[in-house]
Amino acid sequence: MNQTIPKLTLKDFATDQEVRWCPGCGDYAILKTIQKVMPELNKPKENQVFISGIGCSSRFPYYMNTFGFHTIHGRAPAIATGVKLANPELDVWVITGDGDGFSIGGNHMMHVIRRNVDLQILVFNNEIYGLTKGQYSPTSQTGTLSPSSPLGSIDSPLSPCLIALGSGGTFIARSIDTEAKHLAEIVRKSSVHKGASFVEILQNCPIYNDGVFEQVKNKKVAPDFRAEVTHGDAITFGKDREKGISLNRDSLTLEVLPVDGNEGKLLIHDEHNKVQAQLLASMKGPDFPVAVGVLYREKKASFIEDMQKHVNVSRREKGSLKSLLESGHTWEVD
Amino acid sequence: MQTETKQIEVPQVEEKEVRGIVVRFAGDSGDGMQLTGTNFTQATALHGNDLSTFPDFPAEIRAPIGATFGVSAFQIFFGAEDVTTAGDDVDVLVAMNPAALTTNLHMILEGGLLIVDSGAFTDKNLAKAKYESNPLEDGSLNGYRLLSINIHKQVLEAVAPFGLSHKEALRSKNMWTLGLVMWLFDRDRSATITGLRSKFVKNPVVAEANIAALNAGHAYGETAELPVGIHVYKVPKAEVEPGYYRNITGTQALAWGLLAGSEQAEIDLLFASYPITPASGLLHELASRKDFRVNTFQAEDEIAAVCAAIGASFAGSLGITSSAGPGIALKAEGIALAAATELPLVVVNTQRGGPSTGLPTKTEQSDFNMALFGRHGDTPIPVIAASTSADCFWMAIEAVRLATKYMTPVMLLSDGYLANASEPWKIPQVDSLASFKVEYSDDPQEFRPSIRNEKTKARVWAKPGTPGMEHRIGGIERSFETGDISYDPENHQKMTELRKLKVENISSDIPLQEVSYGRDSGKLAVLGWGSTFGAIHQAVKRAVSEGLEVSHIQVQYLSPMPRNLGELLSNFEAILIPEMNTGQFIRMVRSEFLLDAESLTKVSGQPFKISEIVDAIQRKYKDLEKRA
Repeated sequence: MNQTIPKLTLKDFATDQEVRWCPGCGDYAILKTIQKVMPELNKPKENQVFISGIGCSSRFPYYMNTFGFHTIHGRAPAIATGVKLANPELDVWVITGDGDGFSIGGNHMMHVIRRNVDLQILVFNNEIYGLTKGQYSPTSQTGTLSPSSPLGSIDSPLSPCLIALGSGGTFIARSIDTEAKHLAEIVRKSSVHKGASFVEILQNCPIYNDGVFEQVKNKKVAPDFRAEVTHGDAITFGKDREKGISLNRDSLTLEVLPVDGNEGKLLIHDEHNKVQAQLLASMKGPDFPVAVGVLYREKKASFIEDMQKHVNVSRREKGSLKSLLESGHTWEVD
Repeated sequence: MQTETKQIEVPQVEEKEVRGIVVRFAGDSGDGMQLTGTNFTQATALHGNDLSTFPDFPAEIRAPIGATFGVSAFQIFFGAEDVTTAGDDVDVLVAMNPAALTTNLHMILEGGLLIVDSGAFTDKNLAKAKYESNPLEDGSLNGYRLLSINIHKQVLEAVAPFGLSHKEALRSKNMWTLGLVMWLFDRDRSATITGLRSKFVKNPVVAEANIAALNAGHAYGETAELPVGIHVYKVPKAEVEPGYYRNITGTQALAWGLLAGSEQAEIDLLFASYPITPASGLLHELASRKDFRVNTFQAEDEIAAVCAAIGASFAGSLGITSSAGPGIALKAEGIALAAATELPLVVVNTQRGGPSTGLPTKTEQSDFNMALFGRHGDTPIPVIAASTSADCFWMAIEAVRLATKYMTPVMLLSDGYLANASEPWKIPQVDSLASFKVEYSDDPQEFRPSIRNEKTKARVWAKPGTPGMEHRIGGIERSFETGDISYDPENHQKMTELRKLKVENISSDIPLQEVSYGRDSGKLAVLGWGSTFGAIHQAVKRAVSEGLEVSHIQVQYLSPMPRNLGELLSNFEAILIPEMNTGQFIRMVRSEFLLDAESLTKVSGQPFKISEIVDAIQRKYKDLEKRA
């Protein structure tokens, strides 16, 4: 079947619409990467559907020459579920942000993940409300100065990956807007996963939260603040991969150790280990690097597969309206 | 094991013929009153009477035994003439305990027949119902024909051969009572017996015990020396149109109408809903009908439900969502998205008493304003309302037709009364239903998502998965020309007007308003919408038979309204509008047609009584005559 798909390029996935994000916005880099990855997925273009909510990131579908639906605030996962239920053949992508996906739409996010609806969910996390001009978001660090928190925000931030894990997610990954190669690889993996693929993309907002991910993005310092995890490999980081992560089995906490002399003690990334995924997803500075890569993956039937089974069983014999109307007790008047 | 009714010499009982009668079964939530009522309804339908039923149950699922707030009732009005309401005053009240008696006694006519289970009138139950003395003994029921039987004792004797526990045995009380009431109205028990055997197919002992109780209750009527004034009623058959009939509730009719609509439109349905009383029945009904072109989705909340339905419509199915008032309020933003992006969507509102949680199990028509106006922005959508339980079938088909033909959300109003009430329904010929096949656009040449049907103004529908038709839609205002985002001021003006015009144009695609009963001009028009149909019909009929120039007009299309409605109403000197709200439709009538109208309102959670409308007609009529 793949042979019938014409060879496409990045340009085939770009629309004639002028991209209207602020200059320097991380969303440009993400858009470019996705447009580049799409032809590589070798799937029919007409089957690609991008669904978004409201916010800067949610303008994304207008720039993808696929089917797209820019919906209402927070509800993209619910709308995407309806699309997928109506036509399981489609590849449905959800584009959302930290506010859209975890504040107003937090409930839908939790349920779309627990149901394991076969979608790719890309969360552009910039830890701020951009489109409404810079208020703190549910992922903003405590103390974030913003127009609605002039003395610093007092809310504690949530971790999208931990919420996804807690909701029973079966594919949980993290990447970075400007790390095109890494992001492309994660997106490719997410697209072949059956079930809800959850990808948190750390994304810089140059206007309202500039530099919030500086440590993990800046090439000079990033090696010390970012650990790229690969299934089956020891978890290491640093310029020369000289530091490693180890599990203290007494306290059930992670520790940073020099690789040298501790080779046997280093934690080997097992993306099927949920407990380990939780520990990795929780890592943050200044004591730990931020983990990027596929943190967790699990094989499980998707909601759509199970639903199809029920429908198929029900439709072994097609319903007849006439028989339905005449079912139960009827009587004749002559 | 099967028992037979013993052949005993039957004493002569006085028989009395009546044209119509109202029976109300009332008992504890656990007494099985709804099952009793349903079985009696079935036997009555088979007997050939016209009928209408009204199940009236509490919001509490399992209230403490004997509590007044746990009383569940089932009312049926049946007779020899057309019956369109569950009746005003009760002729026969069955009260299974003191709580049922105290909460229902006010409904029975003076001199009416009162059947009570004296076995349930214990000190404890009397205290729970706040009786200071036993009403069966203190003479307070002297105004009624009291038939006090220790049904507890009778049932235990009747089912003794089956070896059931005391508690299990007493569960057959309702069947014993049903047997007695069936004797009273000369109903055939065989359908109930067949039903019991199939219901308890895995537990034949329980089935036979229930049948024994049913037969024993019937035999009791035949053989016991009943007090003077207790007699068998003969209710002659009603004259109805020949054909095949069944009983149907509004919930069933609505669900089946949606299925019929999907067949006529040749489209798959996604019914996405969140449980809420009294709308959940629709989800239950459709969830077990996936052999048709329907799939159901129980969403995490009301918003997710409407959004999943919209997603399904974007993908080329018809999305349907359903709820009651508070849930519809939550869906408002989603409905506006469907209106803005011009996707089809059916929203069913089974109205209940409001505001807020209000009266979840009681009926009201107070969401008219929300249905018509409860959205942000200038967001008109078609709103239609079913008049009877059976009409839910036809209006559901109509909702599917309008939504898919005009690419718009459609609100279909039902209510708690229609959803639960049942009436006999002449089964329509499936082949005679009109087809309205949906067309999708699949031609990529010059395709734009903004292309419209010139006549209907409906936007094209291009399904994802169709090569070359890739396009984007969204909630931001779209250019009339291209469908792309547009902030252009003139474009917004044009699009707003277009959305209004598109819905207004539907008035030329709906039937002209007819007069339901009476002439098309005269002194007084009684104008109704929704479930008030039955009561208004009977009231107007009564008034006409008394020589009053009154007509009944029932509107099914609330927005847009039928194009001749204003003219039709202007043929009457006065208009009376009964509504189960504080006067919502009347504002619409006044503002649209600049006609004066008088409101008759009721918000007690109970449907109108015929007499309440008759009184209002007579009052208004006297005014008119005085004026003349």
